[in-house]
Amino acid sequence: MKNSIVCLYLIVVTLNFSCAQDAENQVNDPSEVPFTAELLIDGLQIPWGMAFLPDGSMLVTEKSGELIHFKDGKKTEVNNVPKVYQRGQGGLLDIELHPNYENNGWLYITYSSEEGENKGGNTALIRAKLTNNALTDIELLYKAGPNTTKGQHFGSRIVFDNEGYLYFSIGDRGNRDVNPQDIKRDGGKIYRLKDDGSIPGDNPFVNSNGAKTAVFSYGHRNPQGLAKHPETGQIWDNEHGPKGGDEINTLKKGANYGWPVITYGINYSGTPITDKTEMEGMEQPVHYWVPSIGPSGMAFVTTDNYGGWKGSVLVGSLAFQYLERLELNGNKVVNREKLMADIGRVRDVKQGPDGLIYVSVEGKGIYKLVPKGS
Amino acid sequence: MYFSGIIGLSIFLFQDKELEESIQRGGEIYQDFCITCHQGAGEGVANTYPPLAGSDYLLTYREESIRGIKFGQQGELMVNGATYNNTMPSMGLEDEEIADVMNFILNSWGNASDEMVTTTVVESILEN
Repeated sequence: MKNSIVCLYLIVVTLNFSCAQDAENQVNDPSEVPFTAELLIDGLQIPWGMAFLPDGSMLVTEKSGELIHFKDGKKTEVNNVPKVYQRGQGGLLDIELHPNYENNGWLYITYSSEEGENKGGNTALIRAKLTNNALTDIELLYKAGPNTTKGQHFGSRIVFDNEGYLYFSIGDRGNRDVNPQDIKRDGGKIYRLKDDGSIPGDNPFVNSNGAKTAVFSYGHRNPQGLAKHPETGQIWDNEHGPKGGDEINTLKKGANYGWPVITYGINYSGTPITDKTEMEGMEQPVHYWVPSIGPSGMAFVTTDNYGGWKGSVLVGSLAFQYLERLELNGNKVVNREKLMADIGRVRDVKQGPDGLIYVSVEGKGIYKLVPKGS
Repeated sequence: MYFSGIIGLSIFLFQDKELEESIQRGGEIYQDFCITCHQGAGEGVANTYPPLAGSDYLLTYREESIRGIKFGQQGELMVNGATYNNTMPSMGLEDEEIADVMNFILNSWGNASDEMVTTTVVESILEN
């Protein structure tokens, strides 16, 4: 009898302990949510990125290469959009407005481009203006090289920080053993530029011989989420791992995020990539997902529109087809919630200037999360 | 009789070798373009990405499968009794690459197909 009590005690303690350990990777289904999802723009294929214009209209990129202007309930295709390199994950990717768009009219767009000599393509960043339903004044600000016919990991998201610097991401372009750890090569990097494309004088590798001086941080796999933390102003990313090992990172100047030297993921075949998950001189993620949710898009909630969501970060899940809310305590994830379960592949999420959340879903369109009781 | 036997055998062996090489090239294409969704053993992801291993759709509807890879596809798809409703964009592969990756997925993870997919077959398939 006494033995069985001890036994029971041990079992309870062990169970408790193991629950506490994997709480981090436990996503909860909330019984009630503070919103109704309203399909605002329908009939989209792969709405990759979105931006909100001052007149209340929206710009949406379709991966296949069309830029859609959604105004007064109507979709119009914008003319003179650069030709995308249509291969694998490449296409028309992110779009972002200059923080001072109302005065200068600059739009920033990333896409896969064949520009340059070799066969294939790589990620490019342009800025342009929207005039009479066409892109005008197009300036190429960055074009990664070399071109390659590899289909993976173009990135790419764009975000501005509080000082007006532009950050954008490029994935490892399917060359993980060569690109991410080499600051002399493009790919597997977060880049930082001035708004005109020039290199800030205090970028971390401006004095390193042969380095790509636009690089801000390296050792990334394929970041498809970038967002500015509303209080600290720091830029955060989320990036795809291989099989397991998707990550959220806080980006520090000159830091190495470890791919593929350290990772919580393994090869798609199930074989290990490395036996290391941490190493001196390499950053640890704020959060990692095993199994992979396929994170894309990232937005911080800064309003009281959705009950207690303020301060949370939202991330789209491509692989499991939902919107994830991660509740934070400082830089620590304390709770995860599954929202919009089975909605479809969530490609992007943003908080609009109206303080409402917009979610782009492949095969569907753009959803607006209308707060309940409003 | 003897000579025709030799010729027959060498044609057979030649085709076999051709298929083998195509499967090998297709495996590299698969690593680059398909594995992120359809996974390492062609198992897919439940409810999101249909499996290729043991897929009744792939093994029955060869032409539709090639068309899907060539032009992309969107909407409902029934695979092994489960309905998937998603978008697979065109990967921008060349016809030869599509033939190779078809031969790879038709002959991996327990899938088997005697009839090789050729570049000519892929070329002949038009968008719906």
